Amino acid sequence: MTDELDIRTAIKDTLPTVFGYIGIGLAFGVVSQSVGLSVLMVVLMSAITYAGSAQFIMVSMLVSHNPVVSIMVAVFLVNARMILMSTVVAPYFKKDSMWRNIFIGALLTDESFALSMNKVNYTDHKMSFEWFNTANLIAYFTWMIASGVGALLGQLVAHPERLGLDFALVAMFIGLLYLQVIADRSLAKSLQLIVILAEAVIIYLGLIFIPGNLLLVVGTLLGCATGVVIKHAFY
Amino acid sequence: MLSTSYVLLTIVGCGIVTLLSRTLPFVLLKNHSLPPLVVELLSFVPITIMTALWVTNLFTQHLGHLPSVNYENLFASIPTVITAAITKILLWIVLVGVVSLAILRAVM
Repeated sequence: MTDELDIRTAIKDTLPTVFGYIGIGLAFGVVSQSVGLSVLMVVLMSAITYAGSAQFIMVSMLVSHNPVVSIMVAVFLVNARMILMSTVVAPYFKKDSMWRNIFIGALLTDESFALSMNKVNYTDHKMSFEWFNTANLIAYFTWMIASGVGALLGQLVAHPERLGLDFALVAMFIGLLYLQVIADRSLAKSLQLIVILAEAVIIYLGLIFIPGNLLLVVGTLLGCATGVVIKHAFY
Repeated sequence: MLSTSYVLLTIVGCGIVTLLSRTLPFVLLKNHSLPPLVVELLSFVPITIMTALWVTNLFTQHLGHLPSVNYENLFASIPTVITAAITKILLWIVLVGVVSLAILRAVM
């Protein structure tokens, strides 16, 4: 990565993440088609709801005929981490217009968030609308097209799980976490490793008594608090 | 068979919920700043969120009991982390991860 923040650089920076979206988008399309959603509904869900992994939950809840409101609550809980990410990203766009702020927020994803946090390590903590918007748009259209293609392919693939596509997202989180740790110079490496270990323990313990949907948000906040305490005590 | 209106209503309803989660912080923080302590707290969000998303995929939850290990994802994570350390290239990391899980499922 370089310190450039133009559209061309954004395309170059974002391209490697595209394969993650393609893998999981295809998987989403295949799964949704197999439980009875039409290709059109799959594409509309990706285009309108655009909720990544939460869309898998939507589909499973639709199939078991849950009330619309219950599905909305579940999606809110799963994606409540977006509130945290938006809160982290928003200060970078204070000087941009309100509409640009809303547009960046509307298409923000786990991956564009992680990628941008990686990027600001190379740009002296500057961010541009052009860069972020390009990263967001590439993600959006890739996701929409991949899920549609997946739904079409779903009629051909008998055992989609054999392809291992469902691991694309986890692999991407691992990669983005690793790249974040080696690129972030604002926090000491040892501190980051300690916080990652602490977070892993928090999540493990949390799995015992906090429902999965809530755990991501609660666990993340607890991990952040642990980080602040350790930083003040030992760094 | 799922009715079109039920699916469409869910798509739009969940779309509104997701849109608000993503955009409200931008609207609220446009003219306000966060206290320094909150900024410091949020500086840990990238690594803690990625860790949380990873670790929740290594286990299967049984509320009230210890989670069981998802060995497929755990074992697939090993070559993935090694690839990250060696290549530092996201594309390779994702490809190796997916292929690893596919191989694991073929042999296990």
